[in-house]
Amino acid sequence: MIQATGVTWRYGANLVIDGVDVTARPGRVLGLIGPNGSGKTTLLRLLYGALRGGTGQVVVDGDELSALPARDAARRLAVVVQESGGETALSVAELVLLGRGPHLSTFQRAGRADHEIAARCLTRVGAAHLGARPFAHLSGGERQRVLIARALAQQATHLLLDEPTNHLDIRYQHEILQLVRDLGTCSIVVLHDLNLAARYCDDLVLLGRGGVVAAGPTGEVLDPTVLMPVYGIGIRRLDLDGAIHLLFQPIDQTTDERTAA
Amino acid sequence: MATALLKGQQDLLGVAAQRRRTGLWLLALTVGLVLTGVVAVGSGAIGIAPTTVARIIGHQLVGVPGEATWTLPQEAIVWQVRLPRVLLGMLVGAGLAVCGVALQAMVRNVLADPYLLGINSGASSGAAAAILFGAGAGFGQYALSASAFLGALAASLLVFLIARSGGRVTSIRLLLAGVAVGYALYATTSFLIFASGSAEGSRSVMFWLLGSLGLARWNALLVVAAVVLGGAILYLTVAGRRLDVLAIGDETAQTLGVSPDRFRMRLLVVVSLSVGVLVSAAGSIGFVGLVVPHLARRIVGAPHVRVVPVAALLGAILLVWADVLARILLAPQEIPIGIITSLLGAPFLVILIRRLHATGA
Repeated sequence: MIQATGVTWRYGANLVIDGVDVTARPGRVLGLIGPNGSGKTTLLRLLYGALRGGTGQVVVDGDELSALPARDAARRLAVVVQESGGETALSVAELVLLGRGPHLSTFQRAGRADHEIAARCLTRVGAAHLGARPFAHLSGGERQRVLIARALAQQATHLLLDEPTNHLDIRYQHEILQLVRDLGTCSIVVLHDLNLAARYCDDLVLLGRGGVVAAGPTGEVLDPTVLMPVYGIGIRRLDLDGAIHLLFQPIDQTTDERTAA
Repeated sequence: MATALLKGQQDLLGVAAQRRRTGLWLLALTVGLVLTGVVAVGSGAIGIAPTTVARIIGHQLVGVPGEATWTLPQEAIVWQVRLPRVLLGMLVGAGLAVCGVALQAMVRNVLADPYLLGINSGASSGAAAAILFGAGAGFGQYALSASAFLGALAASLLVFLIARSGGRVTSIRLLLAGVAVGYALYATTSFLIFASGSAEGSRSVMFWLLGSLGLARWNALLVVAAVVLGGAILYLTVAGRRLDVLAIGDETAQTLGVSPDRFRMRLLVVVSLSVGVLVSAAGSIGFVGLVVPHLARRIVGAPHVRVVPVAALLGAILLVWADVLARILLAPQEIPIGIITSLLGAPFLVILIRRLHATGA
């Protein structure tokens, strides 16, 4: 359970996140959605403690995050960030094994059990065959899956992902998010694609300019009358076979001109 | 299920094979280091057979063999002059190599070397002040080393304070501060040489600037050994996993349980102290700390737990051979060792970087 209350962050004079409350409940997948520049990534970074010194507090399973030592925090929160680490010369297996770091003491090296966990996590993301390859030689989609495998290897009680479907083809977009759902751990996912959010998130937080526009169960937040002013695009919602599908269409001339420019 | 069990028996992820490979390399390099030492002690203006060298060292260390089959001058050359020098070469080479590894991980740049932080410029200023103006005379025969070390310490403090001025020490700020302080102190050294007007003094400063193992003495060796073996090599090997994580990025480090700011600070202290001690003992010897980490990575891959010890052994071997060349090329005159390492290191680096880009593309 991650509970953030009144978190605020500014880059210089620019207030990006203004007094936001977010709650991620155990066993549920929370999606952070919103247009470009609405602060989704900033909010996520506040939630895993990469940004410190703002106001407000983040509580993870009853303990304030800022008071947790880095290792303890890493045993509770596994994060897939957008920083790809593409320069590293590590092999895929070595990179995934780094996910075991928070569970090992300073003088301990990864043992058989850790290798088994890493191998299993690679298999789960369909990347078992990549183990011996240098990470830097992988394609964008393969890298993303490997980074997710590393986060899984961390075996944390929460999983946070910043646009995990970036670089993935349509099949892996669904497979990865289905995997996150199947894990059953408390997860927070930043997503661009509202239809993916509709299908795989239990709850959603919709961010607009600086703050939360709507929060609640997915079915309630994905209401065209709520979404349209935030995204500035025409939206129709179809409920087919119990699943939500959103269709998009530019509203007016001005939107067209902006896209053309 | 059956295949999973079968896999369990096999080498998961190829880790065991990699460990065996690293173990073999470490063994081979250790043997290489010992042989290098014996041969290097024997070579010079007066050649001494390796077997004699081994016997003299054995006699001095453990009393075997008991009776001398060699001449007294031979024993003096081996034990008083050349052995401390070769050992200092090993320590300096190993220390520079592992500090290079740490800095390359820390600033995420494969062209980083131990002198990046301006520490050698500080040491040079200190050394120049000692040689030309008698600074640190209170330290007696250690005036030069002590003064150089104080200069190095001052330089690294300055770099640290500048890098910190924005609140936290980031890689790029560290780089900029190091370059700025390095240039300022380089100018200071040049000014000291210019202002002294002593031709002979300038010459010895120059010699020192280009690196020399000629100052090696047994008691000073102990300090260097403690810092390099106990401090740099041990700490960096133990911190191998954290180095891996830091080399990927601050964000990744944070999410994998390594506080990047705090860890960088610790690395800075270890590296500054080590490089300070090394430069005060042997002057600035270029390229070892830049080239050897690349070589080590080519041999055992990227994880720092393997790179650090392999780089230490490689650096030790290479520096001793460079010193042997420095002593015999223009014998009886001695060439500053920094000239040798730079001449050999530069083309080597070009080849390595070309390969790096060829395979990395």
